[in-house]
Amino acid sequence: MFASEVLVAQNIGFAILATIMVIGALRVVTTSNVVHAALWLVVVLAGAAAQYILLAAEFVAITQVLVYIGAVMVLFLFGTMLTRARIGAESDLNNKNWFFGIPVALALFVAMAIALDSGFGSQKMPADAAVATTQEISDQIFGPYLLPFWALSFVLLAAVVGAIVLARRD
Amino acid sequence: MFAEATEVALKSGWFLEHAWVVPVIPALSFFLIIFFGKRMPKKGSEFGVASMLGSLVFAGGAAYQWIQRVNGAPEGAFVSPVVKTWTWWQNSGISFGIGQHVDGLTVAILLVVAFISTLVQIYSLEYLRGDRRYTHFFASLTLFSAGMLNMVVAENMIQLILGWEIMGLCSFLLIGHWWEEGANSRAALKAFFTTRTGDIGLLTGTAILFFSANEWTTKTLGVSGFSIRGLSSWALSGDPGHAAITMGAIALFIAAIGKSGQFPLHTWLPDAMAGPTPVSSLLHSSTMVVAGVFLVARLYPVFFKGMDILGGSANFIVVIGGITIVIAALLAFVQTDIKKVLAYSTVSQLGYMMMGLGAGAWLPAVFHIFTHAFFKACLFLGAGSISHSSSHHSFEMKKDMGGLRKFMPITFGTWIISTLALCGVFPFSGFFSKDEIIDNVGHNGYNVFMYVGLAGAFLTAAYMTRATYLTFFGQPRGASAGEHHEEESHDSHAAHDDHADHGHDAHDSHDAHASQGPHESGWLITVPLIILATLALSSGFLNALPFGEKFENFKKWVEPSAEVVNPTGIAYVVGGVGEARIASETPTDSTVEEGEAHSETPMAPTASGEDTYSSESGHSKSPCGTETPEQGVCAAPQLNHAPFKWSKAGMSMLIVLAGFLLSLFVCIQLYEKKNKKFVGLTERNKVLGFGYKLLVNKYYLDVLYEKIIVRSIAHPISAAVYWFNQKVLDGVINGAGTTAKGIAGWVYRNIDQRVVDGAVNGTGSVAQGAGSALRPVQSGKVNQYGALLFGAAAIGALVLVIVNT
Amino acid sequence: MFVNQFLILAAVLFCIGVYGVIARKNAVLVLMSIELILNSVNINLLAFSMRNGSLDGHTFALYIIAIAAAEVGVGLAMVLLMYRNRRSIDLDELSEMKG
Repeated sequence: MFASEVLVAQNIGFAILATIMVIGALRVVTTSNVVHAALWLVVVLAGAAAQYILLAAEFVAITQVLVYIGAVMVLFLFGTMLTRARIGAESDLNNKNWFFGIPVALALFVAMAIALDSGFGSQKMPADAAVATTQEISDQIFGPYLLPFWALSFVLLAAVVGAIVLARRD
Repeated sequence: MFAEATEVALKSGWFLEHAWVVPVIPALSFFLIIFFGKRMPKKGSEFGVASMLGSLVFAGGAAYQWIQRVNGAPEGAFVSPVVKTWTWWQNSGISFGIGQHVDGLTVAILLVVAFISTLVQIYSLEYLRGDRRYTHFFASLTLFSAGMLNMVVAENMIQLILGWEIMGLCSFLLIGHWWEEGANSRAALKAFFTTRTGDIGLLTGTAILFFSANEWTTKTLGVSGFSIRGLSSWALSGDPGHAAITMGAIALFIAAIGKSGQFPLHTWLPDAMAGPTPVSSLLHSSTMVVAGVFLVARLYPVFFKGMDILGGSANFIVVIGGITIVIAALLAFVQTDIKKVLAYSTVSQLGYMMMGLGAGAWLPAVFHIFTHAFFKACLFLGAGSISHSSSHHSFEMKKDMGGLRKFMPITFGTWIISTLALCGVFPFSGFFSKDEIIDNVGHNGYNVFMYVGLAGAFLTAAYMTRATYLTFFGQPRGASAGEHHEEESHDSHAAHDDHADHGHDAHDSHDAHASQGPHESGWLITVPLIILATLALSSGFLNALPFGEKFENFKKWVEPSAEVVNPTGIAYVVGGVGEARIASETPTDSTVEEGEAHSETPMAPTASGEDTYSSESGHSKSPCGTETPEQGVCAAPQLNHAPFKWSKAGMSMLIVLAGFLLSLFVCIQLYEKKNKKFVGLTERNKVLGFGYKLLVNKYYLDVLYEKIIVRSIAHPISAAVYWFNQKVLDGVINGAGTTAKGIAGWVYRNIDQRVVDGAVNGTGSVAQGAGSALRPVQSGKVNQYGALLFGAAAIGALVLVIVNT
Repeated sequence: MFVNQFLILAAVLFCIGVYGVIARKNAVLVLMSIELILNSVNINLLAFSMRNGSLDGHTFALYIIAIAAAEVGVGLAMVLLMYRNRRSIDLDELSEMKG
């Protein structure tokens, strides 16, 4: 009984979060103000972090908040500031051919929806999924997935060097 | 059925346990050269030479201790390799090791590579003095040695691929060393792309073998499916399916074709001569290009089963090897560049090695790697010595050489010794390896290919005589005659002269060369030549079959025994010294008594006398290679060895001698006659009626022809004589020569240029057509690209969904 | 909880992100749309991780977050450079790559 109540609560939480995320995402791609778009993106990312907690991934959720909302969004706002003198509504943020996006996105969604429905139907998540601890994740990263971790370190290094080279004034 | 396993502790030693240090030394040295080389007094070359000397010492120590190990083992027992492995990296359950796999083959090749590298680096000190990228040259050369040595000691296929690819990269860097010249960078690209084409086979083959073998090797030997040890045993175990091992072997052999310049992919090797001569000597004749041969020798059980060697019919390897021998030897006749003659000669000799491996002559083929390295390196360094000191950096035999034997006695002497070794003349090293290949190929039932090998020996003798004649005999021509044809020389041979301009003062010294005429090179060049020539003369005695078993040391030390051994007895040492143990049981064949099997094992031929020596009786008892051992594993297939017969050796000597004489005769006719015609022309122009008596020529026939031609300008007679001269004398006497030249020219024009290059160009034009058709799509707008990408993905996904439901 | 509810949410976010990439002209907004796509992939990875009871998805989600950070850094540096050179970050003006 108790477990099912928790599951119901989870489902309600999921529905609220999902609604907020979809609305936020739609506003990101439709708003006519770049700063507003960035702030709506914060909403979506925070919602995603909450979803991660629902999916028993606490460490990833914390990382999402720290890295995305903390660092990446600040980068976006800086980027907007440095490239736009004027912060406010604009009329020409979209392409001339922006309507091409609608059929493409819809077609993709239809394809994925059909595939997911036939693939997973009414499968349920395991009700008693254990929360992944940070220790287990670090065992994964520094154990079998050490090589991708190294590769990733090099990617980050290259990104840092590349960003400096690109952005510096000389 | 298992006889009791007598465990005998094998000797080991510090150098043998630490053979992995050999590639590490030059690898470290590479970084030292890159980071500190330019600040050193010798511009980094001291690091290179010192590291190669260090590697040589370590390789020598390992070789010595390996010999001790073999000598300490019971006769005929399987001497287990010294294997060590550490985890290099791991990914989701599969761990990749790095380590060493040291056996007789390893130490032999290690020794050769370290030795030749050392000599070539010393030689380069002089040859590249004043070059603009002197430091980078030594860095690449050292890194190359590290890659090759790493490949040789490799414990598994991943480590082998690492070394293989390092070599490919260094080859590219070194061929294009003087990249300012367009031809050089084109040659570098050609070499890189051609060998990369083959490397696809290496990756594919490794993957196929890994997925087929991993389960068996993990279960039986406790090693991964990449392990060379594991793959060798797996191939002979009866576990592999026919398709898997055949596909794997073919894929790996394609890689060997690319790297070792075998028939369809040989075109890059002659172009690779655009690199500096020490590079040609080290990479493109003696070490890197034998990597493909080494791969086949290393994983021989895989090829043995996959290609069905000794199965009675011709297989892929032996056919490719045989074709390569003849094609390349014929091409060598039409070259005027001395390095290209040697390049085609290298291709041809690699064909011998492949043919030997394909026909079950493992040991002679490996021995040919060993001896070929010495004499071919010597020949290339000799060519470099000529161009460096006498021909004003030209490699054209006809234009800029001739008569050099008087000016360069040391180069000439070493050249002659190496040429004789290459042709396989009796006491020289090539005889003991090449003749053995031909003999064993015939002995194993591949009669057609034995004749191919003999034809190759004939052609080798002929084209080497031609090259030697043009270079060292006759009259000096062009630059070597001391002509200081300043303008033409600089224009026509810009490619070779160019690097003289890289240095500041080097240019002056080269002009000094030309003005003081041809001369002998300095000691930094001649000493390596002398050392190599000495080895070309003597290294054959390591395995001199005609002198009885006491001289068959190479066989004893290098060839693995085909015994069935206990899987746990295969020493798979992880760390620790002296733990290696062997299990020497008798074969499981119940009809063989233990004692007999032991006494007639391949390492210890018991029969005495050159004719009766045959290890077949002992060998045929081992089930390895022919049938599946019921218990235990095999490490090497059972091979036959042809008994040495003076009659057969004498026949091949006669063929070589015929090649020499015929070619010499042709050369004298052709080149002397041309000389005299030239004189005749001036005679006509100058005197026309008198004074041809002044034409005092030591060739009586030439004078006679000239008199007749000049006297009777009447067409019929001169034409008749000319015809007689051209067709009858030249045609009949050197029919073989001209036919060979014609065939070679045809092959070069049609197959080489049209088919091979045509295929390449065809691919290019197809790509170009497709490109121009698709160009409107490239609007340059990122959003449109995105729309196309996602739209196509959506359509594709929808199609899949519809099809599947 | 159904498995599909997370997967469908991820699909919706992905398609919105795709629409943004195609429709938007402003480079910063295109980068934001790419962030949406990456996040939808993360939700997918974690959903499957929970379904299969394995931790591999967590590891790769973390890697994707790191890659996304690197991508934003380089992307914004490029936008900055673009702005400095042509006083505009409209992507449809960048058509030098036209074939």
